[in-house]
Amino acid sequence: MDINDIIKPENLVYDKSPLQIDTIMHYCPGCSHGVVHKLVAEIIEELGIQEDTIGVSPVGCAVFAYNYIDIDWQQAAHGRAPAVATGIARTNPEKIVFTYQGDGDLASIGAGEILHACNRGENIVVIFINNAIYGMTGGQMAPTTLIGQPTSTSPNGRDVALNGYPMKMTEIIATLPGTYYVTRQSVHTAATVRKCKKAIKKAFQNVIAKKGTSFVEVVSTCNSGWKMTPVGANTWMEENMFPEYVPGDLKDNDIQKPASGN
Amino acid sequence: MAKVRGAVVVEKEGCKGCSLCVEACPQEVLALHKEVNSRGYHYSYMKNPEECIGCSNCGVVCPDTCITVYRVKF
Repeated sequence: MDINDIIKPENLVYDKSPLQIDTIMHYCPGCSHGVVHKLVAEIIEELGIQEDTIGVSPVGCAVFAYNYIDIDWQQAAHGRAPAVATGIARTNPEKIVFTYQGDGDLASIGAGEILHACNRGENIVVIFINNAIYGMTGGQMAPTTLIGQPTSTSPNGRDVALNGYPMKMTEIIATLPGTYYVTRQSVHTAATVRKCKKAIKKAFQNVIAKKGTSFVEVVSTCNSGWKMTPVGANTWMEENMFPEYVPGDLKDNDIQKPASGN
Repeated sequence: MAKVRGAVVVEKEGCKGCSLCVEACPQEVLALHKEVNSRGYHYSYMKNPEECIGCSNCGVVCPDTCITVYRVKF
């Protein structure tokens, strides 16, 4: 069979979502951001909520998210995306509001905002990209950096005595009664990408049903910041990030109400 | 048994040559081309087109969404 007999519109099985704008992303080759952007665009398209969705983009590499997905966006000050999203969601309760934040944004300068927004149970989706480093500014140490992980500001590796321990935001947030669905995913293989899509879709469906805060952490790579190849970074992530940041659902009130009253 | 054939179209200029699709392909169809696109990246292409089963794994993992997948059963 000739290739040209296969490449026909009726045989199409996988294509770019029409919500994704045809701009070439500024992300480095192999960056996890591109995959998560794609998932968000596909989910918004599948749920048919393009006109009703408002995204809040962070400060960090994903600051330009508004260039890539064709929905309404608001760019927030560093770490303040949950506060901005709170305002948007409260004044426009019919809209579906989500924030898209990195670990430098969410776990460091914005730690207060995210904890209080989740504790209030704001009806928003939070997508948290955790790559254990400040990617945009040149690979500095973030609160989520692993013990011993070299970064440009900890060239000999993160030292517990000096810098403390990696911050597990998702575990902290899962203890807050305001959150409805808290999960940790990754996007390094086709299977995990498909699983992550289900998790983000569920989070959006929770917000449509006004169930409260849904929080999706995506354990990601920053191959430029980590000074690795894209494929090498994925392997490193599996070997080093997953023992610390274990993928899986931490809380899902659809399945069971926590016994401790949390 | 129904046979499945697939084909992949890589948007050459959108590809950044990260090779995640090459790793994700279970049939070893894809490879990076020795030539580069206008931005200097070795773009991905179908090296063994007859092996493709149209599983879409390459498209799913592509961060730059530059892969379109077709599949036909016969």
